[in-house]
Amino acid sequence: MALAVALVVTLITLISVGIFVAKVYWFPVDISTHGAAMDHQFLLTLIICGVIFVAAQLGLAYFVWRYRDKGDGRKATYSHGNNKLEATWTIAAAIVFIGLNFLGYNIWAKMHFTGAAPGALKIQVQAQQFAFYFRYPGPDGEFGPTHLEKVDDAIGNFFGLDRAHDQASKDDIVTATLGIPVNRPVELILRSQDVEHSFFVRELRMQQDIVPGMEIPIHFTATEEALKHNGGRYEIVCTQLCGLGHYKMRAFLQVMTEQDYEKWLQTQAAAQ
Amino acid sequence: MAEAHAPTAHAQHAPQGFIRKYIFSLDHKVIGKQYYFLALFSVFVGLLLSILMRWHLVWPDAHIPLLDKLSPVGAPGGLMTPEYYLSLMTMHGTIMIFFVLTTAPQSGFGNYFLPIQIGAEDMAFPRLNMLSFWVTLAALLTLLSSFFVSDGPPLAGWTAYPPLSAVGSVSGPGEGLGQDLWVISIALFCVGALLGALNFIATTLELRTRGMKLMRLPLTCWAWFITAIVGLLSFAVLFAAGVLLLLDRVGGTSFFVPAGLIVSDKILSNHSGGSPLLYQHLFWFFGHPEVYIAILPGMGITSHILSCFSRKPIFGYRAMTYSLMAIGFLSFTVWGHHMFVSGMSPYTAFAFSVMTMAIGVPSAIKTFNWLGTLWGGRLRLTTAMLFSIGFVSLFVSGGLSGLFLAQPPVDVNLHATYFVVGHFHLVMGVAAIFAMFGGTFYWFPKMFGRMMNETLGKIHFWLTFVGVYAIFMPMHYLGVEGNVRRYSTFIDDFMQPLLPVHKFMSIWAFIVGGAQLIFIFNLFWSMFKGEKAGINPWESTSLEWTVPSPPPHDNFAGKIPVVYHGPYEYGVPGAEKDYIMQDSPEVVAESH
Repeated sequence: MALAVALVVTLITLISVGIFVAKVYWFPVDISTHGAAMDHQFLLTLIICGVIFVAAQLGLAYFVWRYRDKGDGRKATYSHGNNKLEATWTIAAAIVFIGLNFLGYNIWAKMHFTGAAPGALKIQVQAQQFAFYFRYPGPDGEFGPTHLEKVDDAIGNFFGLDRAHDQASKDDIVTATLGIPVNRPVELILRSQDVEHSFFVRELRMQQDIVPGMEIPIHFTATEEALKHNGGRYEIVCTQLCGLGHYKMRAFLQVMTEQDYEKWLQTQAAAQ
Repeated sequence: MAEAHAPTAHAQHAPQGFIRKYIFSLDHKVIGKQYYFLALFSVFVGLLLSILMRWHLVWPDAHIPLLDKLSPVGAPGGLMTPEYYLSLMTMHGTIMIFFVLTTAPQSGFGNYFLPIQIGAEDMAFPRLNMLSFWVTLAALLTLLSSFFVSDGPPLAGWTAYPPLSAVGSVSGPGEGLGQDLWVISIALFCVGALLGALNFIATTLELRTRGMKLMRLPLTCWAWFITAIVGLLSFAVLFAAGVLLLLDRVGGTSFFVPAGLIVSDKILSNHSGGSPLLYQHLFWFFGHPEVYIAILPGMGITSHILSCFSRKPIFGYRAMTYSLMAIGFLSFTVWGHHMFVSGMSPYTAFAFSVMTMAIGVPSAIKTFNWLGTLWGGRLRLTTAMLFSIGFVSLFVSGGLSGLFLAQPPVDVNLHATYFVVGHFHLVMGVAAIFAMFGGTFYWFPKMFGRMMNETLGKIHFWLTFVGVYAIFMPMHYLGVEGNVRRYSTFIDDFMQPLLPVHKFMSIWAFIVGGAQLIFIFNLFWSMFKGEKAGINPWESTSLEWTVPSPPPHDNFAGKIPVVYHGPYEYGVPGAEKDYIMQDSPEVVAESH
């Protein structure tokens, strides 16, 4: 029985680690300027956790086999512990765990402690059961005001714009796809019409809940890498349970060259 | 302290009537069994729900037999609707977390064995004890009744985030009466848990017998004691959150609902000024300590069993108690790690992250000490021991994946994916269940006077141990790929290549589910047909092994046990036997 425990625990450990090492399943391509640092922090954590995982599991497997009761009358070692060992691994664990955390501090700070670069392209994102819509401010660079009572999905007025009366709304462009130019800082302003949603694009290494009653800004820059895969098209999915259609709530991010983006935006403007 | 408050000696006779003996019993042993069987029933309901979910995820077009009978609306023709999937998921999570993980290890085993292990004849407040069980049962029945309301069971998840959970049926099916029942059930559960926590704290502090100093308490008692303190402080907050949510739903208040919402094309003009994030803070202020409420008793049970079957004192008894205290304390400082992407201040995210990494330290100490206990031991690989070894393995695996989620820049890409599902199932779900299995095999002889079948126990262990790894380890890989959780169907393009992994996991879920029938058979068969158990079949040292199996009504038949030793005196050199009972006056130079 002891040998069986040792072998099975060893096998589970090697298979679990092996699949990670062989990268059978891994993050998709990274298309953001901030993603590489995140992936690096993940890898660093994986290596540290991997070493502890293998050491602890194989230690467990070995001890179970090595110290099994063989019926030879051997007595167990009588020991209540060892304070020096106890202190050593407490300090070691504290340094490794908390140190690892501090290494990731800069990544988080860059994402959140500073705002978007000046001149970033501002786009409003509206989430609702079960779709995302996007609003560009148009040539005037200003988002027109929204009016609850004007919201009417049937005629495509998802934001509740009053184009007849509000000057700033006249040139606002509302789309169902998030089109962005490559290499240009983008600031998304996330808002929800009804319940909680979330904005998640794996390749952008970006996930942020969208909370009703709040406008949450996030910022990023898509790199050239984005154009090299999937024709620049990536899925935006909702990751916050929002009701029965949660699983099908998605939209697409389309990364384009600057020229293509301008053309696309004009086409969208014409369709308003 | 202990000497001063030792109970007086007088033999108590059991009540004779069936109702007072078995139904409205004041005996902590009967109440412990009532909690245990409530959790056992609940775990099978929760398990069945998870099997239905795993079926639907991989064969959405295959008819599930009998499901349309249970819910003609939720599963017309045996095909599950997306909302019914979410309802089953919500009920699975709620039942498992509250009525299984919080109930069996603490209220079940704790009620039965805390008084006996400290040498008391009952809990401090027997009537409160009875009341807390009956309130908990009422909470379970309230929750289950939501299966039968016309609108269907709630679907907002076990976390029930508003506004989805707060605005009523306008936000979709399941959010009407079903969600009301959910909130009422949780509030009732909080009341039961609070009464139970008070009782555990008073019992541990006041009813220890002569010589049972705090530092002679078995680690099980330490774990139940600290869990009770954590429960007292956290369930009070969940109760408040539940009441406020209920008021938002039925009282026209707006604690959690902001102004200007349009739900299902309707402007919700009756709400303004509430904050969805406030609910999340209150919920997780309870929710993270809750994780430790589920796992601390399991840690105590595992420590107790590992020492007994290694025939060796627990490695670092003091470090084990201090780390339990540290985990209990730190558990109140980490709740924000559930909310890194919630929209709360990113500055606080960093603080929560540091505290979360810090709570990994006492967890690591415990793991090292379990390994240290095995080191140099003489291991008897009984089923109870196998489950405890399994606990250590699962706790390491699930605990380490927590180090990823504790770091905001890493969590961003793993949050709300199957990585999280794999993490918490291993570390608090399955690990805690393994402790319950370990506890069941270890204490069954005392509770029922008979032994469980070891062969069946080992078959059950192997299928479950291999199976849970096969189910929950792949979830980590899926999470890295970005597979989002809480989806009833995977329609996104990038998830299509992951479907074979889901099939693999589902098949193992069916195997593991089936394997639990072996346990059930073993449990009930052994109650009646198992080999008769002696007073101390495992050659353990704690006080429950000094009384008959099962113990008499007042535990010690009117005698006051006196404690001379710590709880883990195994393999003491120079001792008469391989172990020294806690109440043995034997003096051995080297024992502590």
